[in-house]
Amino acid sequence: MSRETVVNLVLLGSLLIVPVYARAVDDPFLITLSTRVAIFALAGVGLNLALGLGGLVSLGHAAFFGIGGYTAGILASHALNYAPLIDGIIVINGSRSMPVIWVTTLIVSACLALLIGALSVRTTGVYFIMITLAFGQMMYYFSISWPAYGGEDGLPIAIRNEFPGLNSLDPFQFFLIAYAVLCVTIFLISRLQDSAFGLALNAVRQSARRVEMVGIATFRLRLTAFVLSGMITGLAGALFADLNRFVSPSMFSWQTSGEIMIFVILGGTARLCGPVAGAGMFIILEHLLGGISDYWLIFLGLLLLVVVLFAQGGLVSWLAGERVRRHG
Amino acid sequence: MAETVLSVRDICKNFGALRASDHVTLDLRRGEIHALIGPNGAGKSTLIEQVCGTLKPESGKILIAGQDVTQLQTADRVRLGLARTFQISALALEDTVLQNVLLGAIGAQGSPYRFFRNVTANRQLREVAELALQRVGLLERAEMLAAELSHGEKRQLEVAVALTLRPRLFLMDEPMAGLGASGAAKMTAFLRSLCHEAPILLIEHDMDIVFAIADRISVLVYGKIIATGTAKDVRAVAAVREAYLGDDGWGDNF
Repeated sequence: MSRETVVNLVLLGSLLIVPVYARAVDDPFLITLSTRVAIFALAGVGLNLALGLGGLVSLGHAAFFGIGGYTAGILASHALNYAPLIDGIIVINGSRSMPVIWVTTLIVSACLALLIGALSVRTTGVYFIMITLAFGQMMYYFSISWPAYGGEDGLPIAIRNEFPGLNSLDPFQFFLIAYAVLCVTIFLISRLQDSAFGLALNAVRQSARRVEMVGIATFRLRLTAFVLSGMITGLAGALFADLNRFVSPSMFSWQTSGEIMIFVILGGTARLCGPVAGAGMFIILEHLLGGISDYWLIFLGLLLLVVVLFAQGGLVSWLAGERVRRHG
Repeated sequence: MAETVLSVRDICKNFGALRASDHVTLDLRRGEIHALIGPNGAGKSTLIEQVCGTLKPESGKILIAGQDVTQLQTADRVRLGLARTFQISALALEDTVLQNVLLGAIGAQGSPYRFFRNVTANRQLREVAELALQRVGLLERAEMLAAELSHGEKRQLEVAVALTLRPRLFLMDEPMAGLGASGAAKMTAFLRSLCHEAPILLIEHDMDIVFAIADRISVLVYGKIIATGTAKDVRAVAAVREAYLGDDGWGDNF
């Protein structure tokens, strides 16, 4: 077992132990914090696929986080009001079932990512950053100005959606749901990294003309990575909506995009469990420093600076050493 | 006459007032090494980029194995049999040597749209990749990172990636640069045997190598091919002497 695998297991293990302990001492707030870490980590895992593996520095992933949240919110609100989503020749009802909401979210975020990606993935560098940012802001203003689903005030979800066989209202059981989604996604990404797709995507980031010169069209490859990435971050958004029982336009804001990127960079770009470390660090700092000063983000900024300057590969590199991708 | 594998027909390309390709016509025939030479700024790179599809000519046609590829993307031309090695290595340096050749094998035989299975465990792709490494003598370096290779070994790896494609033709941009005398001699011998599998369009600065290795030579000056033929033919052309005399000191070679 490589050192990175050990670090990954320790990270995922700690994320499980904290809420188990919190449940024993009856501290629901700590469970909620852990759930936040799991969901933010999932959003980061999504971005990490595009940014870390594919070199696609997206500053607009809030678009997917938000669309996931609104998909959950809209489906749930229609189900709670017994008002069909589409009422015509075909009738589509809302849903309060998490699996249904998740599948819908995956489809909706994939469509949005396909649209944004088709226009942005052709470009690179600053242009790519700007186009993704612009799409994120477009979604933000759209959500504010659409009164049907709360507009500026946001959209409450009166009761948390249901998961078959579990009581999602119990904070610990809801944590387990989010944690399981995170672990399954990380497992799938670990397979993807060693697959033909992972190898090609990894090469595109390093030398796009090399990949073209072996007969692989890089546009389609990057677009596929961007869509998968958006789907994962969208799923995180749907879980986040259920955690807060509330969806607001701030999920679409560029600050959200920035925070997701911070999870990735703090933890270590292209490292499998980097976003878990990054999101964990973020939440810990938010609560340790946030209690001392309202200006805790200054300290976060300083930390980010230290990580970028001195531990280029982020926390996971610092713990596990340089990446070794030799296998075979 | 031998079959023509690559045919560049009367292509023109301007950058503003600069004629980078001025009615360039060039044939690469089966079994030959065809060297493209010319002083710096003569338009060699522009010509290569047009053959590869990263630049589009304003007029004229490019054919690979008889098929018009002028409007095709790079990746599609590669699938029709074009393989290129880069002057400045374009390898995935953070990856292992094996992963670099595996990429070629994926492009040629597999599909990059396999998301779950470990690609290094794919026996068929691995065989293609390892055979290519063996042919250039890099098999024992397979698990090293590409970044750890010496300059000359990177050149060999470039050639190995091209080999995995099993192409109809090779386009090699200074494959000998930085190899050293013994390395260059080995590579020369290798290319001489390789050209019977697929012809090589060779861009090379070293005149001694060009005259030793090439079956035919084309001389490009100011975007124009001023002479094409065997080493002997080309040496005899007055315009060639003129183009080189006093330029880079290459005149001494004629």
